[in-house]
Amino acid sequence: MSSITHPAQPTQSLIIRPSRGWTALQLKDVWQYRELLYFLIWSEVKVRYKQTLLGAAWAVLQPLTSMIVFTIFFSRIAGISSDGLPYPLFSYAGLLAWTFTSDAVSKASGSLVGSSGLLTKVYFPRLILPGASILSGLVDFGIAFLLLIVLMAYYGIWPTLAILCLPLFLLMAIGVSLGFGLWLSALNVKYRDVRYVVPFFIQLWLFVTPVIYPTARATAKLRELGIPTWVYGLNPMAGVVEGFRWSLLGSGQPGSLVLTSSIVTVVLLLGGAFYFRGMEKTFADVI
Amino acid sequence: MTSPVIRSEALGKEYQIGATLPGYRSLRESIVDTMKAPFRGRTDGRERRSSQRKTIWALRDVNFEVLQGEVVGLIGRNGAGKSTLLKILSRITEPTEGFAEIHGRVGSLLEVGMGFHGELTGRENIFLNGAIIGMKRAETLRNFAEIVAFAELEKFVDTPVKRYSTGMYLRLAFGVAAYLESEILLVDEVLAVGDVNFQKKCLGKIGDVARSGRTVFFVSHNMAAVQSLCTRAICLKPGGILADGSVSTAVNAYLSTMTDADLANRDLHALPRDDGFGEKFRFESAQFEGVENSQIPLWSPLRLRLQFQAPHALSEVSVGFSVYSMDREHLFSCEAADSDSTFDVKAGGKGTAIGVVPQANLAPARYVVDLWARSGNSVVDKLDSAVTFEISPFGVAPWSTDKRFRPESEWSYHL
Repeated sequence: MSSITHPAQPTQSLIIRPSRGWTALQLKDVWQYRELLYFLIWSEVKVRYKQTLLGAAWAVLQPLTSMIVFTIFFSRIAGISSDGLPYPLFSYAGLLAWTFTSDAVSKASGSLVGSSGLLTKVYFPRLILPGASILSGLVDFGIAFLLLIVLMAYYGIWPTLAILCLPLFLLMAIGVSLGFGLWLSALNVKYRDVRYVVPFFIQLWLFVTPVIYPTARATAKLRELGIPTWVYGLNPMAGVVEGFRWSLLGSGQPGSLVLTSSIVTVVLLLGGAFYFRGMEKTFADVI
Repeated sequence: MTSPVIRSEALGKEYQIGATLPGYRSLRESIVDTMKAPFRGRTDGRERRSSQRKTIWALRDVNFEVLQGEVVGLIGRNGAGKSTLLKILSRITEPTEGFAEIHGRVGSLLEVGMGFHGELTGRENIFLNGAIIGMKRAETLRNFAEIVAFAELEKFVDTPVKRYSTGMYLRLAFGVAAYLESEILLVDEVLAVGDVNFQKKCLGKIGDVARSGRTVFFVSHNMAAVQSLCTRAICLKPGGILADGSVSTAVNAYLSTMTDADLANRDLHALPRDDGFGEKFRFESAQFEGVENSQIPLWSPLRLRLQFQAPHALSEVSVGFSVYSMDREHLFSCEAADSDSTFDVKAGGKGTAIGVVPQANLAPARYVVDLWARSGNSVVDKLDSAVTFEISPFGVAPWSTDKRFRPESEWSYHL
């Protein structure tokens, strides 16, 4: 892709030709444009809290209010169990993974259409747009994570060695977000229905994900119906949330569930990436 | 070393027109189409397919090479594919056939404005664009002060660009494109907007860029600018290259496209328009009256007859035209609103407008006319170089080579 002709002045050479069928992913191209990726992540973080009153406090307020509402309604009123953990901590750990992923998916799905100005004026690997939307959520995640540490200290629950696996589950959450993000953002360029579907989809997705209730409760019911545990992992977020709770709080046990979710994530991601690459060439013409 | 930095071979781009043109489809349409497919009769299906395949080649069979340090003017009539070519070279859109080879970082300034993010400040957008063309932060920083100074935005560099005026936006865009260290600069029609001083400044800067050994690809309708800046010019025509060579060769080829056929009486309906124009109101034909031997006698009134149709009902319509010299210097404009003679038109209405300039006093030469129509303050149709006319040199002393104007004069004598 690039050739160095003179050490002082690196020259990029490129061939522009119609691409046919499923083209290669060109991750190398993305790597060359990493500076742009950093910049877009940074600017997205900045823009998100511009002209807001509470600024970065929103990153904590969202999962915190959800946790309070869940604790009152699902734990106190509906009496949902929580793997023997204090319910606020139990739900907050799940919400941490959930908030990151659902925000990332909804932002990524609008990322191409929202940047149509850039898309029709300059070239860069389009993958960077949904990528930056998703990765910028890590800042919110980091801020929200601080509250989890406070909660864990308050309830006196200390992480086990399993916490070393947390980065893997975070990576999986990013993978899920990117998988859906690539599909939805590319579809959104052609079919604006996506922007109506996504909020609805995310709402339903929450109910099939073990954020409010423990995984064990769902899988037990499934077993009664003769459905093996791994089937629940077909929702990749089930594996992510379960993995988060296990690595942070030591509850439950990932296993077949996480394995299924990982496979689904990889399939989703590859499918999304190839669909995205296939559509990429028409973005500027269609948007 | 002069090796080609841009090489294009049999480059072509096909666009779909018709049903699929107005942007995106809704998912429902696609699903319904797919569901209906098995139930559709054979003939019906074939018909549909052929209507779906309505395409036009915006660009075809374009072959050229550009050497390092050349300043190439890209000219041609509307719809010849100039902008499409730049879009392909800047990788915004893919060609349908052929290929192009580019050696070097490409900076581009396409239409008005470039990739700016409205919420970010001018400063941040400069870095954003640096990153887009592949520059490191430190490299961008080296050029930062110059860009800000060129754009005259010292006071506003920390203001979000969404609050910029059009002029500020444009100055920043041009500054970014010209000062960032791209080896190849693609510039599309920047001079169509902005005030005269800014245009001069931009032209000067493009000249500097060219002298510094960078390659410039410059699209313009301004023949004077092309002639003064470029070392070479390519004239595009729909479906290929009309001329490629010295600036004067290409400019002459371009001018010949203006004078061919009977341009004093033109069918305008089918001419391509920029997006949005011609939908609510469309010029059908334009004809100069009082033409003798395809020339208008010196000092006779200019009488332009315009036929139009209006698919939409419009109020306060004003039609007008601008007269340019062949080297694209703007001489004057006039429109119906000048004399408060705007009109209303019903949906589906057709009509004829006749504009008369009693004393244009144009010198014997050929002139190019742009047409436009506006309803209130919104432009509804606009055609550049829609029609030409020639003022007859008959009776004028051959040594009096008037430039632009030959006023009618009165003389008195005391003999």
